[in-house]
Amino acid sequence: MRKFFEFINKLDRRVIFIFVALAIIIPLLRPLNIKFTVTEPVQGFYDAIEKVPQGSKVLFSCDYEPGSRPELFPMTVAALEQMLRRNLKVIALSLWPAGPPIVEEALSDVAEKQFKSKYGVDYVNLGFKEGREVVMVSMGSSIPTTFPQDFRGTKVSEIPIMQGVSNFSDVKLIVNISGGYPGTKEWVQQVQARYNIGLVSGCTAVSAPEYYPYYQSGQLRGLLGGMKGAAEYEMLVGRTGLGRKGMDAQSMAHLIIFLFIVLGNLAYFSLKKKKT
Amino acid sequence: MRKEVPLIITFLAGFFFIADYFIPHTGFSNIAADVNGWAIIVLAFSYILGVGNVLRINAQRIAKKEKDWVLKVILVLCLFFMLGIGIFGGIAEGSIFDWFFVNTYTPMQATMFALLAFFIASAAFRAFRVRTTQAALLAITAVLVMIGRVPIGETIWKSFPDFTEWIMGVPQLAGKRAILIGAALGAISTGLKVITGLERTYMGQD
Repeated sequence: MRKFFEFINKLDRRVIFIFVALAIIIPLLRPLNIKFTVTEPVQGFYDAIEKVPQGSKVLFSCDYEPGSRPELFPMTVAALEQMLRRNLKVIALSLWPAGPPIVEEALSDVAEKQFKSKYGVDYVNLGFKEGREVVMVSMGSSIPTTFPQDFRGTKVSEIPIMQGVSNFSDVKLIVNISGGYPGTKEWVQQVQARYNIGLVSGCTAVSAPEYYPYYQSGQLRGLLGGMKGAAEYEMLVGRTGLGRKGMDAQSMAHLIIFLFIVLGNLAYFSLKKKKT
Repeated sequence: MRKEVPLIITFLAGFFFIADYFIPHTGFSNIAADVNGWAIIVLAFSYILGVGNVLRINAQRIAKKEKDWVLKVILVLCLFFMLGIGIFGGIAEGSIFDWFFVNTYTPMQATMFALLAFFIASAAFRAFRVRTTQAALLAITAVLVMIGRVPIGETIWKSFPDFTEWIMGVPQLAGKRAILIGAALGAISTGLKVITGLERTYMGQD
């Protein structure tokens, strides 16, 4: 037993890598379909969009890049599906440079192909604007001045969905999918607090703990945290997406890490006991 | 005047935007909106500075043939390639830029972040050793949240997700809120010091 624990104590990290890789690959190839229920913050996100009157305009800020795509793209498409199903007019934008192509892909998959929505009438992609918090505050004065053209180069003044949209008072809700800075925290600090507009957030699992104070205070009406949040949200929207498909793999990976932590501590205490 | 002019500009700009937050006058807000627009333009120029800096640093290393200088040549070539196809071919869906973005940049960036999962697993194995009481609390809480935040947790114990939500929504929230308030007070203090000229490190002085 001592030799086993000594082996564990000096375990090559490549062994851990192999176990984690198997824990992820096997459930993706052979789904386990582990059941789960919806938590309150996710329900809040869903309910906030459901409460927006049909036909209203919603600002959809997708502030992330391909690195966060596995966690955030599933919630992006699920949110688009819920919004378009409720006939909400989606004004999409991004505060991250590599965000707009991801937004275009989501809009193409959901708005164009699934709902046969019309660009410029039912949805628009305003693209990226550098400036972070300055852009947020500038939109509070005038969205068309901040984004004079959309991602495709069309003047915003010529886009039907943007008629009558001056600033945040002309949108009913801000849906923010955030991968870091600038993101949800800045939207809360610069926009929600100042203009008192409804805000919901989908974010990476590592960022979610930081936004719980905003959810608890009501500054965020809903919060999706990581791939689990995306999976729960997909369940509410009625969509079998990448979030739900990734849950088995994430479950097994977390279980493997837990087992290694337990093994590591058993080895540590066992060898410590023998030394004393 | 080299020291005084930046200090005066900082004071006026800082005071102006503080006043903008509290003054609801349309005229004042319109001026603030214009100044915000100028700020966005100036910030956009930071990309040019960034590109210039990348070229300057890498050109020096290529000229001196430092370690991995070939990789730096590839970096500079890729930079100009993507700039060129983006500027001359556009970045819309279906463009050459879009193809390279979707088929090279996206998978490469996703791969870099995916590698983190393996390194975190290895780090957790080594770091979560219960050597002290605090380390024990950290390890136990981390394990509970890690298992509770995935479906397997609910399979093990039906109330695991609710218990994890309690950890996130009560003790974690309390600590995080304290940090947020502390950071906000620090930011206010630093901001006021910069605006009033007490803090001058941004000017490159001691």
